[in-house]
Amino acid sequence: MKQLLTLILVGGGSLFVLLAAIGLLRMPDLFTRMHPSSKAATLGTVLILAGIAVHFEDGAIAVRAVLICLFLFLTAPVATHVIARAGFLSGVPLAEETAIDELSGRYDLETHFLGCPPAGAEEE
Amino acid sequence: MTNYMNLFLEIILGILALAAVAGFLRLARGPSLPDRVVAFDLLATVGVGISAVYSMAHNQPVFLDVAVVLALISFVGTVAFARYIEERLKGGTL
Repeated sequence: MKQLLTLILVGGGSLFVLLAAIGLLRMPDLFTRMHPSSKAATLGTVLILAGIAVHFEDGAIAVRAVLICLFLFLTAPVATHVIARAGFLSGVPLAEETAIDELSGRYDLETHFLGCPPAGAEEE
Repeated sequence: MTNYMNLFLEIILGILALAAVAGFLRLARGPSLPDRVVAFDLLATVGVGISAVYSMAHNQPVFLDVAVVLALISFVGTVAFARYIEERLKGGTL
């Protein structure tokens, strides 16, 4: 029973990580590539770590697994946001299918400060 | 049952290695620097998974410490790269 649970958790997690890598390879532009690399990969790693905590049945190892999960949950969104911001400011092209770019023109390119009015808004 | 478990874990390691290959392809292909940084970030996450599964397959819990350190280091590396890209745009000193 324990082995079955480990099997499901670790197998599912590794499949999620593989899906994340395939998504990273096949998505059309930088901003869509971030979806798999941050969300799916984090979910896959967390599932693998849960399987390990179940497999070893040891308090110290479970604590380490939870610690890694906490690190991932804290750092993955921050790292993705920072890279997306740097990519947008350096003018990485969007995919051809992109319908709307609400950020365009709203960054002050001198100071990298986000606060310009949206394009087409009336000056008051 | 233990034999099945070992075979299964070897298959899992193979799947994760495939994921690492896909990440390396994106790292080589680019096309821009932020793309490569995202691929690098994914590779670090795959590395966390591989060292965790390895600790299970060979019954050596020490490798979980490797996973902890890898998770921390990759975050620092990604943020440093992002700051480097932005400061290079401003033309200022890093």
